[in-house]
Amino acid sequence: MDMNEIKEIFFQECEEQLAELESGLLKLNDGDRDPETVNAVFRAVHSIKGGAGAFGLDDLVSFAHVFETTLDCVRSNKLEPTQDVLKVMLKSADVLADLTNAARDGGSVDESRSRTLIRELEALAHGEAPAAAEAPAPRPVAAAPAPVVEKPPVNDEGFQPIPFSFGDFDDEPAGHYVPTVQIDFKPKKDLYAKGNEAVLLLRDVSRLGEMSVYCDMDALPPLDKMNPEEAYFSWKLSVTTEKGEDGVRSVFEFAEWDCDLDIRTIEEDVVGETADEEEPPMQPVPFDLSMLDEGAAGASAGEEQAAENPAAAAVAAAETASKVAQVASRAAENAKAAAASAAQASQAAAAGQTIRVDLDRVDRLINLVGELVINQAMLSQSVVENDNNGTSSINMGLEELQQLTREIQDSVMAIRAQPVKPVFQRMARTVREIADITGKSVRLITEGENTEVDKTVIDKLAEPLTHMIRNAVDHGLEMPEKREALGKNPEGTVRLTAKHRSGRIIIELADDGAGINREKVRQKAIDNDLIAADANLSDEEIDNLIFHAGFSTADKVSDLSGRGVGMDVVKRSIQALGGRISISSKPGQGSVFTMSLPLTLAVLDGMVVTVAGQTLVVPLTAIVETLQPEASAIHSFGASQRLISIRNSFCPLVDVGRILNFRGTQANPVDGVALLVESEGGGQRALMVDAIQGQRQVVIKSLEANYTHVPGIAAATILGDGRVALILDVDAVVAASRGQSLRQDISLAATG
Amino acid sequence: MKKKVLTVDDSRTIRNMLLVTLNNAGFETIQAEDGVEGLEVLENANPDVIVTDINMPRLDGFGFIEGVRRNEKYRAIPILVLTTESDAEKKNRARQAGATGWIVKPFDPTKLIDAIERVTA
Repeated sequence: MDMNEIKEIFFQECEEQLAELESGLLKLNDGDRDPETVNAVFRAVHSIKGGAGAFGLDDLVSFAHVFETTLDCVRSNKLEPTQDVLKVMLKSADVLADLTNAARDGGSVDESRSRTLIRELEALAHGEAPAAAEAPAPRPVAAAPAPVVEKPPVNDEGFQPIPFSFGDFDDEPAGHYVPTVQIDFKPKKDLYAKGNEAVLLLRDVSRLGEMSVYCDMDALPPLDKMNPEEAYFSWKLSVTTEKGEDGVRSVFEFAEWDCDLDIRTIEEDVVGETADEEEPPMQPVPFDLSMLDEGAAGASAGEEQAAENPAAAAVAAAETASKVAQVASRAAENAKAAAASAAQASQAAAAGQTIRVDLDRVDRLINLVGELVINQAMLSQSVVENDNNGTSSINMGLEELQQLTREIQDSVMAIRAQPVKPVFQRMARTVREIADITGKSVRLITEGENTEVDKTVIDKLAEPLTHMIRNAVDHGLEMPEKREALGKNPEGTVRLTAKHRSGRIIIELADDGAGINREKVRQKAIDNDLIAADANLSDEEIDNLIFHAGFSTADKVSDLSGRGVGMDVVKRSIQALGGRISISSKPGQGSVFTMSLPLTLAVLDGMVVTVAGQTLVVPLTAIVETLQPEASAIHSFGASQRLISIRNSFCPLVDVGRILNFRGTQANPVDGVALLVESEGGGQRALMVDAIQGQRQVVIKSLEANYTHVPGIAAATILGDGRVALILDVDAVVAASRGQSLRQDISLAATG
Repeated sequence: MKKKVLTVDDSRTIRNMLLVTLNNAGFETIQAEDGVEGLEVLENANPDVIVTDINMPRLDGFGFIEGVRRNEKYRAIPILVLTTESDAEKKNRARQAGATGWIVKPFDPTKLIDAIERVTA
């Protein structure tokens, strides 16, 4: 593993931490005061900062640092996480995400935004109330790009950077004077209790330069009175070193709190004098190399041996250590690969029950399974065709194979299934941003975040959802004052829900705004020649006009919902996913957009039918029931419409062959089979087909990718006999049976 | 004999960096993701030194260090804490909990190895 791979891991981790951060902040926003939530939020920022530091991502570090400082105030209950505070924090989380993305993919961030937030965060950490929403940017603090962290006034245990400097002693006067440093060192027992070791400290001092050492053993009690946990010895050391006093101090960096330590530099020429004045006479033990060998045994032992022979022990320890290091590094060379893989294995085990797999591998597997399904179907078919003996062991084997194939397929699909949570979380940010720009107060409620759907669907969902949310907030919700005047909660609500329903995922986006202004929509449609001025449209039909190309009801195209993307684009991208979208709206109460999407884009259960000599596949999820129409149940209605009565209710009869232009005249319903289908928003329809061939699972092959979009057709598939069959787009067919314009579309496509 | 280091850190990034750094320096490395796992792993690991983060879920670094110091077998083991420079107060708390020394994050490999060498024989 090299640094680039670790960096990759870092960014993956950042994404997880950012998600954690946001969901934590939202929980706090909802009034959750669990300390663990605050801790998790803090940890997320802290981890990002830590990793970013390791890769020298300074912008990220400095922003994360300020953010972290403020979060720490919340953690230590110095700052109440009010809605206003959380507003700043949520925005900061967004900027942190931006900075992370910028660090990964290059690009820049809105610097003024992050600077403003840095100021706001610092103000919060200083105990100032956040600026009111309508107030301009808070009082100008020096706008340095790298934040200056000031010590919070009432914060006596907060972060206070301790300046370290190891470079100062380089400025010692010239003339190559090597200072001698004298050290009085008396460990307390805590020093040993914390895993520090006097011998090791002496060893490190000895590495600085020429050292002399004297051990004071006077405090050592007789053996029977001795407490093995106590520290009895003290040392007087003198070392002549280039590194001077600071160098010595850094050796005792870890220990200075648990010992009496006095370190001072002695001028060469006044050594004796100083020593005489301040200290009892000290007898330096000469640095004797011959003691090394004897002392080797004592190197690993405790203070007793060290006391007898401290210098030797120290030096020996150093020697041993360096030998160990040598051996270790040699061994390391040989066993490096093995150790690394072992360590990784243990790490993987520790990581729990998940593994990360390259998406390409999963997709390859899915493709192969798709081919396997087709192949299995072909095999079944050819066995059935060639088998004249009725049942045989081959047939039984084939059935088992079919079942296994099915199970393999389901399991493989499950690998690609992901919860919609990440997309929903991104929407929270969209809502915040747009609420900010429009000056509206919005609350996003998400439900069913753990609903799983194919990853491709998730990836392609973000864009249309973002756009719809922008629309909902920008056009749907009213301004707070207006809402208040209407007796509504000034804070608007946008509700995003995901759930599974009959093999599809249903995503609903509901707002409690003004609803569709039908008069305005109608007028606009007339102005744009979408409908005739005297057209008689139902409410539902008017609502659905907003999905027409180039339609926007906002009087002027705002910066937000504008961007040249209309609801028609949203509709198209949902359709490209094999989904459908519909709207229902109540004036004054808001609108609900309902999207229904397939769980997977790879397979579907279909009913294979014959229409005018063509083989078609109708998605099973759309079919409610099938029936054989009787002549008495068919009723004519208007010029060419027909109804079928099913258990005392009437249902429009739609001839699929006619709609798709497979034949010029309507077929006789009594000769065929009716499939009762339920379409999104359109109620039930009976689709007329000539015959049903059977029911099977088919592998979806995109028509768009290989040919072009054909209205009324969702995709294609390869059947067991190797022939291509088209998969019917039930909703498009139903819609075509209703509206004039779409039918023209279809005939054009069918002829062209 | 190779020196064995137990690292405890919840960040996958830092864990990997520690792993690479320590393996390159010829140490044997065992890793845990938080204090609770750290204490579990410790039982049979017999490390020579422990490197631990402070901010971790389930059991933080302070709690972990205290846990190690209460353990008869490991109470004298050197423990290095990974801290950021601004954590002066945390450094003190870590020391009170029984930490031997600290490494300032972001650590540079030489300093990490230096610090480990400094507290181990």
